[in-house]
This record gives sequence, structure tokens and C-alpha cells, in this order.
Amino acid sequence: MSGQRGGTLRHLIRSPRGAFALAVLALLAITALVSLFWLPANPNQSNISEAWQSPSLTHWLGTDSSGRDIASRLMAGARVTVLVVLGAAIVSGLIGLGLAIISALGPRKLREPLIIFIDVLIAFPTLLLAIMLAAVFGSGIPVVIVSVGIGYGVQIARVVRAELRQINAEDFILAARASGLSRWAILRMHLLPNAAPVFVVQLSLAMGLAILAEAGLSYLGFGAPPSVPSWGLMLQESQSQIAIHPAVVMWPGLAITLTVLAFYLLGDALREAMDPRLRFGGRRADSVQSGDPA
Amino acid sequence: MSDRTQSTSQAAPTPALAPPLEVADLRVSIGGVELLHGISFSLAPGERLGFIGGSGSGKTLTALAVAGLLPEHASVQGSIRLGETELVGMPDAELASLRGDRIGMVFQEPKTALNPLHRLGRQMTEALALHYSLTRVERRAAALRLASRVGLKDPERMVRAYPHEVSGGQRQRAAIAAAISARPGLLLADEPTTALDVTVQKGVLRLFRELTEGDDTSLVFITHDLAVMAEVAERVLVFDGGNVIEQGTVGQILESPSHSITRALIRAAGGDS
Repeated sequence: MSGQRGGTLRHLIRSPRGAFALAVLALLAITALVSLFWLPANPNQSNISEAWQSPSLTHWLGTDSSGRDIASRLMAGARVTVLVVLGAAIVSGLIGLGLAIISALGPRKLREPLIIFIDVLIAFPTLLLAIMLAAVFGSGIPVVIVSVGIGYGVQIARVVRAELRQINAEDFILAARASGLSRWAILRMHLLPNAAPVFVVQLSLAMGLAILAEAGLSYLGFGAPPSVPSWGLMLQESQSQIAIHPAVVMWPGLAITLTVLAFYLLGDALREAMDPRLRFGGRRADSVQSGDPA
Repeated sequence: MSDRTQSTSQAAPTPALAPPLEVADLRVSIGGVELLHGISFSLAPGERLGFIGGSGSGKTLTALAVAGLLPEHASVQGSIRLGETELVGMPDAELASLRGDRIGMVFQEPKTALNPLHRLGRQMTEALALHYSLTRVERRAAALRLASRVGLKDPERMVRAYPHEVSGGQRQRAAIAAAISARPGLLLADEPTTALDVTVQKGVLRLFRELTEGDDTSLVFITHDLAVMAEVAERVLVFDGGNVIEQGTVGQILESPSHSITRALIRAAGGDS
């Protein structure tokens, strides 16, 4: 009856995917936190004479075209990544859940127009939205967060809405109404917990994609300003040298890939950990005990 | 004084005069189409009343109307009296306070009638905990009591089990426990045995008979299966096309059906088993 949440976390840590994802994301969080107080070197300090150095004790991962310390830039870039991921998760989660609930269960007159509104926003390219926002407010991290948040938020809304509609048609919702539960209580106790796995998977996808979007937007010059090291910016600055110095491109590429992968695996593992039917490898007990001692 | 405390205690008080349920000229339309054309019947205390009819005959719709579970856009006319309370026109919030407390309902499909994320014990006591504030210990005790009441073997294990860990028959028993947890005076059962295999069916039907012994609980039992009906109901309403076309005791209906549709149902049941 209780212990639902405790059970979820326990199962999450026990699954290899969940444990791996949590480890990578913990490393990311710790790196971002540490970078606020300490870095091996100033990430923006260029020194042309030390350009393209190989990894050494002073420069753990070597230096880039301007002689800046790659390890320090990666660590400082983790901050941007954490900021973008959390910001995009909050914005897209709120937008997604809010729109999904209203368009699935709200007043009938509101549902149809809202669904069309969501579809229009989904059709609207996130990149275009980012460019428009950047034109008005100037480029920067907030533009990335808001545009990614809206862009993925409406997609989350569409998927979660469909899930809510389906769950709402199940007998146990009718049974909950027959027990006298209010609409709000049914939403809180029955609808949202059952839609949570889909929501979490979508949110983890959005978080992973947010990192890619930040990299892409920074790459195009709408994201982080040059003074703020970000993984996307590092890719952009080094991509012309990929044939000569592949390692310099590899580090931010590796960091992005690993983090995005961690979010995807986390979503997957969370979905299984939250559903008691999937916790034990999907084995269904119905088939085992079909007899009823009646 | 002691009368007063008794009438506020949980077993829904059924005044000697008012029948537990009286439906008069019930008309329901959805989307401008009238689906029930004036249903009237009444239920005696402790009586087991069967609704029989083909699909789309209006038997389920009638039960949903009584429970106030029709879709929002349905329009209801006529009268549904639960004891002395008129339900037609009552705001949903007030209706909700009666559901689970004075009216319990069991549905057809045990696979989907329970929330897959919650343990059986929690689901069996949901209505009870909603209408009567219970401590955690009381709620657990109530779950164990209910589990044994509905014949779940090994109640300790059952209240901790998730729906997917138990059989269809056990799930349906848990759903019945949920419906009767607050001891409603009226229990509505919509084809509760249709999805169960025959041996399990027998046990669940016996349970319904046991639960409605005495005058405390009246039962409305919906089925399209006459054999099932004969095992549970004392009196039968035959539905067709949104009308009650015939009613009488089980014996009357089975032995001398006056309507051709009733005769067809009996023939179909004969051919079945």
C-alpha cells in the first residue's frame, strides 16, 4: 500500500540500465557542482603557444585550437548541460502535462481546439521558434530552454493525452467513480500514476533531445554565448579540425552521447521500475495460477 | 437516542416503508437519442433482482443511471429513489457521496476493473476509506476482513498482491469486496461472471447469494445468461430495446414466458448448455 515510491527506486537501482544511467547522471551533476568551485584551469584562458596539446598532467584531456584546457571546458560545459536539461524538463513537463490533462479530461468545448493548437505547435519547427525567440530576446541559454521546452512539451502533451484518454476508458476508472471518488481524486490516484510511465519516458527523451538541441543551437549561434563553454559550442569550434585532431571533437561528442544515452536508459528503466507488472522481467502470474479456489 | 445513533451508523438504513430502490418512468437520452423509454421497477429490502436482455437492451444503462455513472452529456428524466432520496437531478458531487457508501457496483471485466498499480488491499478498501476516515491499521484490518468475507483464500497474501499476481476469479472477488466495503444497501452487478470460466462462475454466484442474505443488501444482477440468472435472482426484469417487456419471478419467466423475446432467450440458453 505504501512503499510504492521506495519500491520504484529500489527496482531502478537494481536494473543494470537504471544503475548505469544513474551513475552517469550523478557524475554529470557532481561535475557541474564541482566546476562551480574548482576547475583544473580557466576554461576561457586561451594560449596560442599551447594549442593542440595532447593529454598530459597539466592538461588532462589536452588543449583545443586556442590552447584552452579541454577538461576544464568540458567540466564547465556540464553546468550548461545540467541547466538546459533541468530547465527544458521543467518547462516541457509542465506544458506537456498541463495540456495533456486539459485536452484529455477538460471541458468538451475546450478539448478540440486545444488538440488543434497542440498539432499546430508540433508542426512548428523548434529551430524556427528558437531563432524567433533569439531575434526578440537575444540568443542565450534561456532561449534554448524555452524553445526546447515548448517544442517537446507539446509532443509530450500529445502522447500523454492519448494515454490518459485510454486509461480513462478503463473499467477501474468507472469503478473508482462508483466508489465515490471525485474527479480530482481519480486524476491523482488512478489516472496520473498509470500515465506516469509514458510521461517519464517522454520526459527523458525530451531531456536527452534538449542536450542535442542545445548543442545544435549553440552550434548555429543561437545558444550559449562564446564566453560560456558549452559542449555544443566546443563541437562547433573544433569541427573544422576533425580530420587533424579528432580527439578534440571526440571529447564533447562523447560527453553528449553518454549523457543523452543515460537519459534514454533512465526513462526505460524508470518505466519498468514503476509498473509492478514489469518489475520481474514481465513474467505474468495469470498464466501460472489460473485456477480459482472457489 | 439510540435510534438516532443506529440510523447514522454505516449499514445503510432502510426504513420499513420506503423500498431501497424505486425507479419510475426512467428515460435516458444520449446525444438526442432516447435509449431508455420509461423504465419502472422497485426493489424490496434484501431482494435479488435480475436484469436480463440482449446487448443494447438498456439493462446496463439502467444500472449506470441508478449509480449516477452515465456520461456527462446524457439527459435523465423520471425518478430514481434510493430509500427516500431522489437521485435524478442531484448534483454529481452529492451523488458521489452516495456511491460506494450506499450504492456499490461490480463490473464485467475483472482484468480491467482493478488498478494495475495498487495492491488488492488498498483497492478493496478505497470506498470505505473515502467515506469513513480510517487509520492505517483499521484499513488493513478491514482489508483482511473483506478478503475473507468474499472468500479469498490466504487473505494476508491477497491484500498484499497486485492484480496481475492473482487469477481472474480472485480479481473479481476483490472487485466485489471493493463494492461492498462500506456495506451499501444496494449492490449493482453488471455481468460480473461473464468473463469467468464456469467453475469460477459458480463460486462467485454463490458469493453474491451469501452477501445478500438477510435484508441489509439488495442486489441488481445484470446478465444475458438465463442459467446464471436462475441461480442468483428471485425476480427478473426482461429488457429489450430500452423497455422492460416482461417481469416476474424466475419461475414464472422460465416456465411461462409471455413475450416472444423472452422465449427466444430461453431457447438460446437451452441450446447453450
